[in-house]
Formats: sequence, C-alpha cells, structure tokens
Amino acid sequence: MSQTPFPFLGPTTPTIFERSRPGRSGTSVPRPDVPTRPLEELIPARHLRASPPRLPEVPEHEAVRHYTEISLKNHHVDRALYPLGSCTMKYNPKVNEQMARLGGFAGLHPFTPAEAVQGALGLMHELGEMLGEIAGMDAVTLQPAAGAQGELTGVLLMRAYHQSRGDVQRRRVLIPDSAHGTNPATVALAGFEVSELKSNEAGRLSVKALREALDDRVAGLMLTNPNTLGVFESAILEISELVHEAGGLMYMDGANLNALTGVARPGDMGYDIVHFNLHKTFSTPHGGGGPGAGPVAVMSHLEPFLPLPTVKSDDGVLSLDWDRPQSIGRIHGFYGNFGVLVRAYTYIRMLGQSGLREMAEAAVLNNAYLSARLESRFPLPYGRGMHESVFSGTELKKQTGVKTLDVAKRLLDYGFHAPTVYFPLIVAEALMTEPTETETKEELDRYADALLSIAAEAESDPELVTGAPHATPVRRLDEGRAGRELDVRWNFPEG
Amino acid sequence: MSGIPEVLKYTEEHEYVRSADAENEIVVGITDYAQGELGDVVYVELPAVGDSFERMEVFGTIEAVKAVSDLFSPVSGEVVAVNESLEEDPALVNSDPYGEGWMVRLRVGDPSDLDELIDSEAYRAIVEE
Repeated sequence: MSQTPFPFLGPTTPTIFERSRPGRSGTSVPRPDVPTRPLEELIPARHLRASPPRLPEVPEHEAVRHYTEISLKNHHVDRALYPLGSCTMKYNPKVNEQMARLGGFAGLHPFTPAEAVQGALGLMHELGEMLGEIAGMDAVTLQPAAGAQGELTGVLLMRAYHQSRGDVQRRRVLIPDSAHGTNPATVALAGFEVSELKSNEAGRLSVKALREALDDRVAGLMLTNPNTLGVFESAILEISELVHEAGGLMYMDGANLNALTGVARPGDMGYDIVHFNLHKTFSTPHGGGGPGAGPVAVMSHLEPFLPLPTVKSDDGVLSLDWDRPQSIGRIHGFYGNFGVLVRAYTYIRMLGQSGLREMAEAAVLNNAYLSARLESRFPLPYGRGMHESVFSGTELKKQTGVKTLDVAKRLLDYGFHAPTVYFPLIVAEALMTEPTETETKEELDRYADALLSIAAEAESDPELVTGAPHATPVRRLDEGRAGRELDVRWNFPEG
Repeated sequence: MSGIPEVLKYTEEHEYVRSADAENEIVVGITDYAQGELGDVVYVELPAVGDSFERMEVFGTIEAVKAVSDLFSPVSGEVVAVNESLEEDPALVNSDPYGEGWMVRLRVGDPSDLDELIDSEAYRAIVEE
C-alpha cells in the first residue's frame, strides 16, 4: 500500500491577495447604457468611504487559474462520493443551475410588483403545494433560509399556537438523546426548556420515557424520523397519539426525509410541523456551496401563524399576503432564498412523483449495500439504518489504537470526504455514513474498499493511519484554535 | 495514572481535586473517565491567574472532537496558576489527565466547600450508572 493512494494535492495555494500586483486588471467593465450621475449625489456622504478598498489586482486568467486550483484541492460532490452522514450530500443536477440562471428568475428585483412576477410567484406557490403533498400537510412557508432556521420557525409556530389558546404554562420541549444539536439549541433560543429523553436499546425513542415525561407543561416533542441512527421510529403513531393527548405538538426534524420521500408522509404519522432541508433532500447546493432553504409545512391548525408573507392565489391571480394578524412575523428578508427554491422546484419536477419515491428507495438500497459490505469490520451497534448507518470504531480502537477520527482523516488520502464522526453522541467512536441515491455500485465499492483497506492498515501500520492525512496540502490542523483565533484579514504589504 | 484514584476527590461534573503542595491550595482537572468520553481534546480555555470563582461556577471550557463542555470550579476560590502547556498541547488532558493534564490551581476560599466533594467510591457509582 502506497503512502497516498490518491494523488498528492500539491502545496498550499497562495491567496488571491498574494497574487495581486498594482495596476493589473482582469477585465474592462462595459460603458453603462443609461446616463450616469456622480456617487455623491446618490449616496449620503456619511455612507461613502474616504478611499476605495484595496482589492486584489490580477488579470482574468490569473483569477481563473487561482480558483480552478482551489477547486481541485477542494472536495465536492462533482469530484467523488461525499458520505457525510445526516447531510445528504447528493449530486446537484446541472439543470437546476440552468433554471436558476434564467433571466426571468435571476434578474428579478425583489420590489417588482406582484402583477409583473406572476411566474416567480407561481413557482413559489406550486413548490409550496408540492412540499405540502410530500409532507402530507396543509400549508407551507418557504421563508426559512436553512434547516436550523426552519426549526426555529417551527418552534415559534408551536409557541404561537399554545399562546393563542392561553396555554402559556407549556414551557418544555421533549428531545431524544439522539437528536441533532440544533434541536435543543433551537428550543433554548425560542425561550423553551429542553427535556432530554433516553433512547431505548434499539436506538428508538423510549415510549416509556415519553409517557413519564408528558404532562401539561409539555409544548411538544421534536423527533427526527428516521432518527439520526437511520432507524425508523416504528412506534410513531403511538408516540403522536400520546403527545397529542397530553396537549403537545409533534415536530419532525426533516433532515432525514431522503429516506421517506414519496413513501411515507410526516402528516400521516401524526406530526403537526415538519421542516424540509431543500439543500439535502431536494439537491440544492450546500456545504459551502451556497445558501440553503428550510421551508416548513404545518397542519391547518398552525396555518394562521405562518411567517409573513405567504403566496396566495385568487382565481389563479397570485399575490403576497401580508394580512395575517396571527402570524409570527418576518423571519427572513424578502421572500426567502428564491434561487434555491427554483433549484428545488426543478429537481422535484424532473423526478416527478414516481421518481421521488425511487430516489428514497435507491438511497435506502445504497446504504443497505454499503452497510452489508462494512459491518463485519465496522460494527453497527443499532443495526443497519435506512438511508444512513452509524458504525462504531470502538473495536478497531481497542485492537489497534486507531480512532474513528484517524480513519476519517485517512479517508482523505483515498480521495473521499470524511464521513460524519462522533455523532450521534450515543454511539462511541461513531462513524456515520450516508451514501445517498447518487452513487453507483462501483463508487460504493470504491468507498467500502477504502474503509476496509484503512482497517487493514490500522493493523499492519497504525502510524500510517494516525499520521493521516498525507495527500493534502496541510496535515492535521489545530481546529480548536482555528475556531477561536480566526485570522481572516489580509494586510497588503506597505508600499 | 488512570481510572478513579482513591486519593483524589471528585465533583459530579467530572472534575477531580488533588491537594497541592502549598497549604489551602488544590489542583483541578477532569477525570480519566471524562476525557475518554469527550475524545480527543482540541482546546482548553482557562481563566487568568487572579480570577475568582464561586463553587460550581464555570471557570473554563473544554472542546473535544465530540462536544464542548463547561468546566466547573469544585470550590470557591482564586486561581493561583493555570496549566499553560495545555495551550500548545491540549491532548495532555487525554494522555495524562491526573498529571500533566491538570488545569488550574486554586486557593480555596471556603474550606467547608471541600466537604461537598465526593470520594472515589461515590464517583465510581456515578460513572457506572
């Protein structure tokens, strides 16, 4: 086995600022086709800078080479499998980009009157209806900009609902110990208290623990399904009934919707609220690749509280509805991340109803195959998950001293992105892999072979693995300090 | 030294307390069990010498690959020294939690706080729960 099975990615790339030389320029801006006016007439003096900012000065080809070089060192789903569990890093079809770049969408001004943007409003309206159908719910807001903001919106809806009924003593939100960290963070931000529920030995929410926790102070339960172990909450109907009987609401974190789309609907499971991650399930870019979108679907009893504005249709004429007295208000500027909505709309329309179901089935099948190939070397404490599985590196660590973190770092030498590690917290030395439906059998095999090869290296040459990565421009970084002592400023040398 | 040494005292929040050479001073760190649960420690944020803390007040944070946790002062008191080596090499908390991975040295403000600490047997019961 060579030191780096994947080619060495080369030394670090200088910043674009370091390539800069005074007077060099990339392109000439065309003359405007409208009359110009001096800046001072348009913008108050207090908002104008005294001197122009120092921007990097490079010719066009230098800029292109710079960013091409960086992109070659970056890992992205256009390059290879990106098995980051719980993130659904599926391929983003290029047709999504083509549609989002159509002049009628990309060139829209947010203040354009509704009668002049019926097409864009129509897309939003239709996307809302499609998401509502996928969720089995009655109404949708497209406003939230990301999954976590979708969660916050959902929990604020929960709060508004209880307040509207005078049920203000409901201050507790129940969350299982397998949940994404954003769930308790959201609950705290919304002014509620978190009550953690233990999972049972099968990795599911314990119905017994739920029964004991329920009382008239519970505002609701946040439950990801399938949960972060990839395990379907098979008692969901009983769980929903218990929560509703106690007067609480059911919130589904839709992070793992890729396992269910077109197969099962949160609304039918008894959920009242669900958020989508368009950047996961519906193939819009993420992971540094662009903004996300976290629409929220609700059952009819929560509809009056949805954020402003919503898109409404009167006999096919679309408008923005601002007259919603019970609304929780605005949660995003303008209308959400519209470009992302175009991409998700395109994806859903390209796949159609049967395609969405096939997508979920293929995602589960791919994960079952991958799990079967790996489980003899990387045990699955809670069994094979649906669309993702959580392996444990505990055995490998005991035998060889090589930790899950080392395995993840060594995967970079094989040309893969690392999987999610040390999450969920209830699995020791967790290694969480989600292949998505994107990958072919050959690519899944390549990934499984890499992990098995790393396990063999851990036995024969543990230092090779604990010293990884070897193929990257930099080795292991001081992640703790990098987060605290951010240094993102560039000072041009004097002169 | 690893495990749950009998000579040390503990908190329910997984700090240990060792008596220092100087009178009325203690050394505080996190237990072997705690470092094992956290995984690779990547950063330890410690207070400044001279800072004072109440009993069970947060005196710092510890960041590991898995999670970030608060560090709780086992007693009220004043910081007389911090382990500066942790700035360069936070992994000392993993490799030698009771030795080179110590965190702060405190001058005990109220000696009766020491009575609130639990012994190794009681701590073991918490860990094995």
